[in-house]
Formats: sequence, structure tokens, C-alpha cells
Amino acid sequence: MPDTKTGPRDALLLLGCPQVPIQTSVALYLAGKLRKQGITTVITGNRAARTNIEVADPDRHYIGEVIDIDRCIAQLAEKKRDFHYCFSFIHNDAGLSYAATVKAMSPAAQILIIFGDHYEEVAGSVEFPAEIIAVKAVHNPMPLKAKIDEVFPWVVSNL
Amino acid sequence: MGCLESMKHEIIMRDTTFKECRQYILSNFPEHFEVLPGYKIFEKHLIGVPPLYIAVDGDDVIIPYTKPCYGTFLIRVPDPEMAAELRKKKQK
Repeated sequence: MPDTKTGPRDALLLLGCPQVPIQTSVALYLAGKLRKQGITTVITGNRAARTNIEVADPDRHYIGEVIDIDRCIAQLAEKKRDFHYCFSFIHNDAGLSYAATVKAMSPAAQILIIFGDHYEEVAGSVEFPAEIIAVKAVHNPMPLKAKIDEVFPWVVSNL
Repeated sequence: MGCLESMKHEIIMRDTTFKECRQYILSNFPEHFEVLPGYKIFEKHLIGVPPLYIAVDGDDVIIPYTKPCYGTFLIRVPDPEMAAELRKKKQK
């Protein structure tokens, strides 16, 4: 696999534990925005995170392929698959560990979407280069949506 | 070698962080090894923030294990063959 992926642009949306309510709505919103830009999305997460997404968009207006997180990590580790972008949804230490793992295995541009009650602490633990969107948002998705709207044009045109 | 969940293992630390796991391994297990995230062991690709460490202690293998909803665990898996294999890799 080359250092930089070529061909039509695609993005991995790496979901964390769905215990923070806004994750599902913001992931669907971002998937829709990416789709409008002609960027194919693949969503990965554990069973609960994936089920939240699939139940919220049963006719798949916004989402495309949805895969198990262990399978996704295996495909990246074994260089069977790669992406132009990886948007990681992070609200805890485990989410950060998954994002760092993808960063270590893939040349995809990393965008960390950090939210939740402890967003500052989590953002302060980032030890690898990535674009960071960090907002205190737990139940109300609007602050995070606004931040994504602000940086999205720059992300898709510069990364 | 079977899947980790089906193997005998002991939890050394639970609901911890990648930094605490890293520090615990470095402080408590002289025979530790740095591996890349995604390193495959016990049919699982390890999740973690570099530098990521695993260790051997006698016949046991010590690894961090992360799940999205449960955080990071540090676990001890008795596996003499894997312990020997890791020691052999380190000598190379």
C-alpha cells in the first residue's frame, strides 16, 4: 500500500462507546456532509455504536458501509484497506487509544473529534499529530456541529 | 492458540488508561518489549498509544487490552509458548 492513498476519496468514521448521546447524531451529520462532497464513508464501531447508527438511518440516506471495529483494525493492520481520512469520535481514553492505533497503521489524515464532559483532559492526552476538534458537548450536538461546520471546508480541501 | 476471551487470563488492572498500563509494565516487568499498535497476539491486534509495551513474566504474557466501552485492562495470560516466542524475537 502506498504512503498516501490514491483514487476516489474515502473516510473512516471511527466511533467510540455510544454512551455520550451526541455521537450518533453527529456521526450521521458528518457522514451526510462527506457524502455531499463525494467522499465515500465507512463507519466502524462496536456493536452498540453500529446499531445506533443503523437504526437511526435504516434507509441509508447518510451512511454507507458499516463494519465491526475489530475487523476494521485487522484490515488496517494487515494493509488490506486504507482511507484518505479518519474521523475519530473520542470521549474517553479508550477512544484515544483506538485513534492512535489507526494513526500508527495508516497514512490517513487524522481528525480527532473530542467531546463529552472531560474533553479538555482527553484533548490534553493526545500524543500524536492530528487535527483536533474539541468541544464540551454531551447531550446537545449543536456546539460540535457548529465546530465541524467551521473546519469542514478546510479539512476537505487541505488534508 | 485460541481467541483471548476464551483463554485463561488474570486481570492485573481494570478501567485504567494507556499511560498507566505503560508505566505499570515499565515499572514491574523487567522483560518488556515495545511493539507497534496493531501488533497481533492471541489472535487480536493490540490497541494503544505508542510507545506500546507488552511483557513476559515467567511463563506468562502481560498485555494491555482495550475495549471501546470498558476502557483499558492490563491482563496476564499464562502461555509458555508465547512467552518463549517473544523472548526469542527480542534476542534477534
